[in-house]
Amino acid sequence: MKVKALLFSLVAGLLLASSALAQTEIRFMWYDDGPQSETLIPLIDVFNEANDDINVIVDVVPYATIRDNLQVLLESGEGPDLAKVTNLGGLSEYYLDLTPHVDAEYFQTNFGPYLEWLDPNGTGAINGAHFELTVTGPYINRTYFEQAGVEVPGEGATWDDWAAASRKVAEAISGDGLEVWPMAMDRSGHRVAGPAISQGAAYFDADGNPAIADDGFKDMMQKMITWHEDGTMYPDVWVGVGGDTYASGADAFINGELAFLMSGSWQLGNFNNSIGDDFDWLAIPNPCGPGGCSGMPGGAAVVGFADTEHPEEVARLIDYLASEEVYREYTANVFSIPAHIGIANAGVDYNTDSENLNASLGGFVANVPELSPVAFALQGYGKNGAIFGATAERLGQALTGELSLDEAIDRMVADIEEEINQ
Amino acid sequence: MSQEPVKSAKNPVVDFFGLIITKAMGALDVIFGPLQNLIGIKGMAYFFVLPNLLIFSIFVLFPVALNFYYAFTGGTNIFLSDRPFVGGENFAQLFDCENFTDPNTCNQDIFWRAVFNTAKFVVLQVGFMVFFALITALALNRNIVAKGFFRSVFFYPVLLSPVVVALIWKWILQRNGLLNAFLVALGGDKIPFLLEPNWAFFWIIFISVWAHMGFYTLILLAGLQAIPKNLYEAGNIDGTNAFQAFRHITLPLLMPTMLVVMVLSLIRAVQTFDEVFAFTGGGPGTATLLMVQYIYQTGFATQIQRFGLAASASVLLGSVLLVFTLLQLYLGRRSDAV
Repeated sequence: MKVKALLFSLVAGLLLASSALAQTEIRFMWYDDGPQSETLIPLIDVFNEANDDINVIVDVVPYATIRDNLQVLLESGEGPDLAKVTNLGGLSEYYLDLTPHVDAEYFQTNFGPYLEWLDPNGTGAINGAHFELTVTGPYINRTYFEQAGVEVPGEGATWDDWAAASRKVAEAISGDGLEVWPMAMDRSGHRVAGPAISQGAAYFDADGNPAIADDGFKDMMQKMITWHEDGTMYPDVWVGVGGDTYASGADAFINGELAFLMSGSWQLGNFNNSIGDDFDWLAIPNPCGPGGCSGMPGGAAVVGFADTEHPEEVARLIDYLASEEVYREYTANVFSIPAHIGIANAGVDYNTDSENLNASLGGFVANVPELSPVAFALQGYGKNGAIFGATAERLGQALTGELSLDEAIDRMVADIEEEINQ
Repeated sequence: MSQEPVKSAKNPVVDFFGLIITKAMGALDVIFGPLQNLIGIKGMAYFFVLPNLLIFSIFVLFPVALNFYYAFTGGTNIFLSDRPFVGGENFAQLFDCENFTDPNTCNQDIFWRAVFNTAKFVVLQVGFMVFFALITALALNRNIVAKGFFRSVFFYPVLLSPVVVALIWKWILQRNGLLNAFLVALGGDKIPFLLEPNWAFFWIIFISVWAHMGFYTLILLAGLQAIPKNLYEAGNIDGTNAFQAFRHITLPLLMPTMLVVMVLSLIRAVQTFDEVFAFTGGGPGTATLLMVQYIYQTGFATQIQRFGLAASASVLLGSVLLVFTLLQLYLGRRSDAV
């Protein structure tokens, strides 16, 4: 009996080992800026079960790893098989062309415009699936506005209107140990680009080369400086770090320290989970200016990398994630805006009862038609990281007085030219 | 290499291990004996140093040489075969300044800001470090109550990871941190310690001294304890007061140790990165940006990675460190000779 049990265990073990050996392991690098992996991992488990020749391992890493380290990993040949990335055009030289492995027509039909972001050189390759469409835009602490008795500015309100209203709210609410700041903006050139475009910034010249030193751009930079000087803007985000380091105002907003935060739609899940019933919040239309009422599109795509030893398996996984059923489930649970055109047209039944979340989702979806063509062009430009990085670094210096505004813009122009000519 | 087994009449465990070691040595003799006959005793010294030298060469010397070559290349590719040779272009870019004392006139202004910040940091941090380490060592050298406890307490921060140190102090010093809570409780206003350049710079020096002082205190303490007590006794007999004893006995005899401490802390200060990066990220603006962070940012943390420029900056930094290291070796040898 004992011998039989031993033999059985041995055979079972060998079978398991051999199936593990037959499995292709693919590594999927992923970051969270909310509860996304909580939704992703069960979907991956379903894929693994249905495809027992593949074992997908999801490595959840900080966003800074994807942003700052992934490129070095890919360059040195040590990158993952696939990843969720936000540097859509900048990493295009490393992407796996999925065209031979997927239903190209399905991808073209449902991800068409966003495939160009992943293919800035216009080769026609299908380099991935845009998995989370994001739009930058502001949030307000609606409870503070109500308590302060300040009317929420309506459609067509400008950045100055919102700054004035937010200052009134902060002044009315602060006191008794509570310090509320009027506004904050995430520390990123991408975040400030939408408002700059609304002020008339063109970002490119007639030949499509970066050209940021126009009146609209300067106007928005000056507003940022003025707002930091007069206490409108919460300084800890932009002034608290240096270089082109990314910093978010989300924590301050969640802690009730802000009346207004310029961030983006990716915060919806985070705010829904973290704020709960503490206060009412709302995503509002992007403030307006001479150039429109624009934010910046963006988001994250799931891409495979050409260096992978398992292109077929990587393509199968991306195909699965891009399928309507899976994509819809993911979108409904992480509260992102669908880049999948079929799903966007049909609508998404988001998995939430939260009034704040539903209203804010509607707000961001309504922001999409307002996005300027300049914003799309900027997002699709392969070296936009040079523009965003230079903006964040030099504006940070201008805010601390190291550089004047004119010096900062001159330096931005020189930095961008130096980097794109590398 | 054969030896008589080590024996202890009282400890059979020691005897047992001594026997094992002796037998092992005897076995090694089979290999090393003929080798020594072949290459001589001097050759054996080089033979034993070889493994360490190999590891050092692979993990230190070779990367340094590679980095040196990178400094003369351009482009954004990481592999040398894909990088064009550009000669001294990277160095020329770094040194392209109208006025070296004004970073705003320089092509690579951020580099020069980092240079000036690092120079300022090194001078102030080392000065304060040596001063406070000396004061602490003098105090710990006295017969105080719980001397052992205090020696541990001052050494404890040395054991902490630089990132942990940075995060602890960030929590204390941020707008809603412990220190501001204390100030508000006393009726004062919050101070944005991490948002004002001068305050931020002060605090990076403070936390660096706090984190590393214990190590140098121990070195100075050892130096103090090596000073013969009879010199102080002789001084007492001659009516020397405490200050005179310090000035004419302690300081001169401690000077070699202090010089070594100064050079070691100089080398360490020039290489500071992790705790400042985690604490202020080089901000506000570039107020606390130091050289190593500049190199990291330029080479790795931007979308367009400029490995050549970063490598050339690191070659320059390495040259400075080499000067300090040679100085330290010289002082160390001089101290041994004395």
